[in-house]
Amino acid sequence: MNSVKEGYYYLSTHEWVKQESDTTFLVGISDFAQHALGDIVYVALPEVNDNVKQGERFCDVESVKAVSDVYSPVSGTITEINTSLEDSPELLNQDPYGVWIMKVEGSLDTSGLLDSAAYTLHLENEH
Amino acid sequence: MAKLIFELSSLGHQAVTFPPSHLPSVSFDEFENQGNIDLPEIAEIDLVRHYIGLSKMAHGVDTGFYPLGSCTMKYNPKLNEDVASLEGFAKIHPLQPLWSVQGNLKAMRHLQDALSEICGMDEFTLQPAAGAHGEFTGMLIIAAYHRQNNDLKRTKVIVPDAAHGTNPASAVMAGFDVVTVKSNACGGVDLDELRSLVDENTAALMLTNPNTLGLFDPNIKAIADLVHEAGGLLYYDGANLNAIMGLSRPGDMGFDVVHLNLHKTFSTPHGGGGPGSGPVGVKTHLIPYLPKGSYLKDLPTLESAPSLSIGRMRSFHGNFLTTMRALTYILFNGKGLKDVSMNAVLNANYMMHQLSDVYTVAYPQTCMHEFVLTLEKEKDQYNVSAKDLSKAMLDHNMHPPTMYFPQIVHEALMIEPNETESKATLDEAISLLKQLHQTMIDDPSYLQNAPYTTPVLRVDDVLAARVPILKYHKE
Repeated sequence: MNSVKEGYYYLSTHEWVKQESDTTFLVGISDFAQHALGDIVYVALPEVNDNVKQGERFCDVESVKAVSDVYSPVSGTITEINTSLEDSPELLNQDPYGVWIMKVEGSLDTSGLLDSAAYTLHLENEH
Repeated sequence: MAKLIFELSSLGHQAVTFPPSHLPSVSFDEFENQGNIDLPEIAEIDLVRHYIGLSKMAHGVDTGFYPLGSCTMKYNPKLNEDVASLEGFAKIHPLQPLWSVQGNLKAMRHLQDALSEICGMDEFTLQPAAGAHGEFTGMLIIAAYHRQNNDLKRTKVIVPDAAHGTNPASAVMAGFDVVTVKSNACGGVDLDELRSLVDENTAALMLTNPNTLGLFDPNIKAIADLVHEAGGLLYYDGANLNAIMGLSRPGDMGFDVVHLNLHKTFSTPHGGGGPGSGPVGVKTHLIPYLPKGSYLKDLPTLESAPSLSIGRMRSFHGNFLTTMRALTYILFNGKGLKDVSMNAVLNANYMMHQLSDVYTVAYPQTCMHEFVLTLEKEKDQYNVSAKDLSKAMLDHNMHPPTMYFPQIVHEALMIEPNETESKATLDEAISLLKQLHQTMIDDPSYLQNAPYTTPVLRVDDVLAARVPILKYHKE
C-alpha cells in the first residue's frame, strides 16, 4: 500500500512524471493518490496540443468520494492522451505507475519536484 | 424495491373522475402528431398507497435526526406552511394588476429589509431561485462592476481549498479563472499564501465564514483589507449564516456581495421539497448592478432595471412563496434569531466534546455550528471507513453526516446537529456513535456490510457511477 516508484519524480500533490526520451514525458497519479481517491469512476482528460505548466491543473478525476484536480509535474505540450481511461478509469486504481494520463513534449525542471526518496518522506510526514 | 408507478399501471383504472363538462367538446383530429401519451392508469387508493409507501422508505427531518453537515437540515416549522398557504399569498398571479398585490410587494420589501439588517448589507434581491443561482448572480455582478470600471484584467477569483464546490463552479460560469488558496493549520485562510495570490488581476475572493470546517476565521478583517487594497471584491457564501445571526454580520466583516440559502438559515424546505431561494445582498456601490425584476426602492416601476443591471435572473419575482416562509421564520423569531445561532453553536460544541473521547476531531478548537471528524485512524486500524460508519447509522433511524467533505480532511464526517434538536436527541446520537465505534473494534465486518434494514441494502456506488442507468424502459 502507498508504494513509491523509483526513477519517477513527484509533485507534493501526488502526481508523477517519468522521462520517456530526451523531450517526452509520461504523467500519472501516485499509488497514494489512487488509494486516497478510492474507486475512480471518471477521468476528464485534457486535449492533445493543450499547453501544460508545472504545478498547474491539467485535468480532473472523479471518484465515488469526490472530484479532484490533477496538477502537471512538467511544462510543455500534450502530444497524446490515454484514451483507454475514457472507458476504463479503473486502470488508474489497478496500476497507478504503469498507466499514464498524458504524454508531454517539453522539458523537466526537477527543482520543483520530489524524487522517490523525498516523496516517501513527504508521505510519512503528511500522513 | 418498490415498483415504479408505470409498473403498477392497469388499463382502465383511474384516480380522477372529472365532472360532466358544460362546454362544447372540441375535436383534436386535425392535429397530425397524435399518439398515446402513456400515462400510468391507477386507482386512487393504489396511487395513495404507492406514494405513502415511498415516503415511508425515505428519511427526513420530520422522521428522524439529520445532522448533515453544511446542509443545515433544521426542522421547518409548520407555521411557515400555514402562512405560505394563505390565499393572499398562494392564489395570486404574477401578472395581475399591481394595485391588487400591494400587500405582497410590501411583504417582499419587508423581507429584503430584514435580510439587509441581519447581514449588514444595503440592499437585497429575491430573484435567484437557489443558493448556487445566487452565487452565479453575485459573480455576474462582480464581473459587471469590474467591466464598468474598465478593469478588464481582473480575471482571477480566489477560493479556499475548503470551499463548497459551487464556489469555483459559479466563478467559472461567470467567466473567471479560479485559483485555490490553502487553509492554514488552524483551518482558516493561509494569510501568507493569500498575500502571494492577491494582485491587480484579482476580481474577488469567495469566502464562507464560518467555513466548511465549522470554524470562524479570526483573520477576516486582515483578509478583507488585503483583497480590497488590491482592488478586488469580497464575496460571502452565506451557507453558514445560521451560525452567526445577531452575533456578527458579513457586511461588517467587509463583504461586498452576499448570497443566502433560505432553506438553510431561514427554515424553508430543502431539495425536493423546494423550490429554493438564494437572495443576493450587496453594498451600496453594487446596487446599480442588481438583476432586473428586483424590487428596489428608487426604481420608477417594477419593470425598470437598475442602471447597470446584469439583467433578469429569473421570471417574475423569484420563488415568492419560499421567500414568504423565510419572512415568517424571521418575524416569528425576531430578536430570537440570535438564540437560534447560539443554540446551533452550543449543540455542535456539545456533540463534538462528547464524541472527542472516542473519535478524532479534525480541528479540535471550539467550533461554530458544525465540526468535522476524521476516521483516518479507524480506516487504518480496523479497515472501517467513514462510509461504512455512515451506512451503519441508517439502521438506527439517523441520517449520516456529510461524508468526504471538506476534501482537506481524510475520511471526513461533518456533523451539524442544528439548534432545533433537543439534548435528548443529541445524547441518543452520541450514544449510538460511541456504540458503533465499539462495534468497529469488536466486529468490523458488521459495519463493512451495513445497512441491514433499509429498503435498499449496500449499493454498488462504483458500478452506479461507471455504468449509470438513468432512464426507465418500459417492457
